[in-house]
Formats: sequence, C-alpha cells, structure tokens
Amino acid sequence: MYPKDLKYDKEHEWVRLAGDVAVIGISDFAQDQLGEVVYVDLPSAGDEVIAGESFGEIESVKSVSELISPLSGEIVEVNDALGDAPETVNEDPYGDGWMLKVKVNDPAEVDELMSSDEYEAFIAEEA
Amino acid sequence: MTDELLRTPLYNEHLAMNARLVPFAGWEMPVQYAGVIEEHKAVRSAAGIFDVCHMTEFRFFGFEVLEALQRIVTNDLVKIAELGSALYTVMCDEDGGIIDDLIVYHTGDLEYLIIANAANHQTDWDWITAHLPADVEAVDESDRTGLIAVQGPMALHVISALAGSTFELPGRFHIAEARLGEIPVLLARTGYTGEDGVEIVCHAGNAVAIWRLLLSFAEVTPCGLGARDTLRLEMGYLLYGSDMDRGVDPMSAGLGWVVPKAKEGFIGAEAIARIRQSGPAHKLVGLEVSEGVPRHGYAVLHDGTEVGKVASGTYSPTLGHGIATAYVPVELAAQGTELTIAVRRKEVAATVVRPPFVKHTSLSALSS
Repeated sequence: MYPKDLKYDKEHEWVRLAGDVAVIGISDFAQDQLGEVVYVDLPSAGDEVIAGESFGEIESVKSVSELISPLSGEIVEVNDALGDAPETVNEDPYGDGWMLKVKVNDPAEVDELMSSDEYEAFIAEEA
Repeated sequence: MTDELLRTPLYNEHLAMNARLVPFAGWEMPVQYAGVIEEHKAVRSAAGIFDVCHMTEFRFFGFEVLEALQRIVTNDLVKIAELGSALYTVMCDEDGGIIDDLIVYHTGDLEYLIIANAANHQTDWDWITAHLPADVEAVDESDRTGLIAVQGPMALHVISALAGSTFELPGRFHIAEARLGEIPVLLARTGYTGEDGVEIVCHAGNAVAIWRLLLSFAEVTPCGLGARDTLRLEMGYLLYGSDMDRGVDPMSAGLGWVVPKAKEGFIGAEAIARIRQSGPAHKLVGLEVSEGVPRHGYAVLHDGTEVGKVASGTYSPTLGHGIATAYVPVELAAQGTELTIAVRRKEVAATVVRPPFVKHTSLSALSS
C-alpha cells in the first residue's frame, strides 16, 4: 500500500524523485480517508510550489482538503487528466493518479521526507 | 443533550460492515459503507437501504386529535381524512419561523403518527405537547421504534417478495400494516431520495432482523447519510438546519404549498399570511455550478457583492457537477439568473434553476 521507492510527508503526499524532477501525488491512506474524489484543483506548469504550502485542493463528496507541497521547486507538468477523471486518484494513487511533476530546488529536501516504513508507522500513530 | 453519542439498534451491523461512522444530530451514524457515489448510484439504479432509526416518532390519539394537530401544523390534515394516508408539512412558531418539517400519517381511527427530524426530537416534543389539549394523548415512541428506508426502482420488488404475493402495497404517501417474514411492521410509501420505495416502521428490537432480510437480496445496497444527502439534494428536498430553521418562514423556503391559503387557526397563520401578501424578501433557489463543490456557508455573489450564502451544497453524482441551494433576494431568484459562488479561492459561475436538479427517477415515472 505504501511503495518502498517513494518518500512521504505528514500531509499524506508521496514523492518519486528521478534526477531533479519529483512526481507528487497523495497516498493510498489519503485517498481512502477522502473517499471518492470528485474534483482536483491544481496549479499550472511554470508555477512555483513551496514546501509546506498549499498548491491546490482535492474534494470528495463530503469534504475538501488542501494539497500541501512536500518540497519547493517549479512545476514542469500537471496531470490535466484528473480534471475529467478525478476518480483516478482513488483508483491508482501512485500511478495515473499523480498530480504534479516539479523541478526541485534542492534534492536534499526529498531525503528528509519519510520512508515507506516511517510513513506506515506515522499513520498507525495517527489512527 | 449529553456528549455521549446515541446508537441505533443497527449500530453493530454498521460496525460489522466497516461503515464509516460520524456524529450526526447527537447520534453515531454511518456516513458511508462502500462510498457515497457508489451508494447513490445503487439507489438511482436498483435499491438502497438506510438506517434512519435515529428519527423521531410521536403518536397522538383522542377525540380532539384532529383539531389539536390542525392547530400545530401548517398543512391541512383534512387532506388525509382517509385512513392510511400521509401528508408532508411544517410546523411554525407565531412569527412563521419553521420549527421542523414532518410527515403526518393517519394511522388509525382518531390516531396519527408523526415522523420528524432526529435533531429536533426534544424541541418538537416540547413544542407539540405544550400546545396539545390535556385529553389528547401524546406518546414519544422514538426509542422503541426502528425506521429503515428502502429506496430505488427495485425497492418495491424487494418489499413485495418479503411481504408476500397477496400483499397490496400502499399507494404513494400512504401507510399500511404488513408482515415482513413474521415481523409486524408499518410500510410507509414515503422517502427522501426521489425514488419510489418505502420506509419500514418497526419495533426497535426487530430492526436488525429486517436489515438482514433486506440485505439478503442481491439488488440491495446499504447506504449511509452521505448518499442520503446527495440523493435528497438532487431532488431539491429541504434539510432542516441547512435549508430551513426558526429564522425562515415557509414562503421564503418555497414551502407555500404546505400552507394552504384557505386554512386558518394554526400557529403562525397570521404571520405567514402577511408574508404571502407582501411577498418574501428572500427566496430559496437552486443553483447549478460549473466547477468545484459548493458547500454550506459559502458566499453567493452578484456583480461582486455578497447576496447570500449556500444553504445546502454538494456534488451531484447523477449530473457530475456541483449543485446547491441558497437564499437570495427575490429580484435575483428568477430562473436563469447568473450568480457566482466563492468556492474558497475561486469564484465559480452558478445559474439559478428550479429544483429538482434531477428530473427523471422511478418516482417521477410514477406520477407522470
């Protein structure tokens, strides 16, 4: 449920770093807590994201949540397919449900995020 | 009200089915099982069942019961002179403020059953009994009464299978005694989803057995309060606490049809007649929005000025976009009026429409 090759933050985002580009999405735990996603509001390519700050919103029928960026950098690509098919976030949170690709300012920021095991322990503690 | 949440007789059934439980009106209720949208679609296409045991049931009887209740509710109970018929109504205070909305069932000779909102249980009891003559008997049956809604185009097929082939289902807005298996119940052909179906009134001790009987049918899906809310809002049915409260009169809420012009002598009659005469300043309208999900309390704007707030708002699983209700000034209440809703950081376009938002259901098919 929490792939080993990803990093996680306390806001339930995951990060997959390749070179200096990070793919960002929300964890399986987060999508399950939200329920069926009906709307994802994302920024545009070229926008800046800042670690710890909101980059968008995600809504299920019953609730709305801020999407908090786990790192800082410039957005190079946005998953526009989520506009028409927001439910992809539920169906494939680590694959087609990705949200942003970000050229990170400092790859070391990613190292500071939680490992899969640490994240799992974090969730167990929260629940 | 205590901090301790109340539990319905079906609480353990919900736990066993991994429902997500939330506090609602002092009760610990299932908001969803598999998912709100999935459950919603099950009700629109097949059949869903809802634990609504938290709701309020009062029974009244006595020789003066009709006159006594006529004074309390706005709608005219003469319409349900026929035994077994039922009527949707509100009851108001002297200023016309809505105390609650209810369904009155004419269950017997000189006897009526009222089903009302769980959140207003105590308020309703206090209000009604304070305005009841001493020789009309009132009984609060809420604790010993279970209520399970069975709704959807397949609902009556399921009920017929349980009630037996010789059982004649009550007509729309009627109630009748029945036996589901060996269990004695009242079947009310009413609901809050816009689909055909029944609400099963039973002894609280039989609720689990009935719930399990219903779930033995493949076409039946257990549904939570989440789907109940999206289903009722698609139909434009009002929710007490969101779409109406003590600060709102029936004319503003679009409930003039439950206050017959000819009826007199009920609490709030003069105030409501005055509002009907002059016309309300604000009206509850339906809004269809282009993007995002409108929610209770979001600002509704016209030309950049706030003109109201969202009363009820949700995502419509049937339509695939957001829908809402809001009180707006009457001059902005006409169909087609273009407004905006501040959906947090964005202002999204919202068009005034006349509910129901979803026009075609098993219920609309029934009445056409």
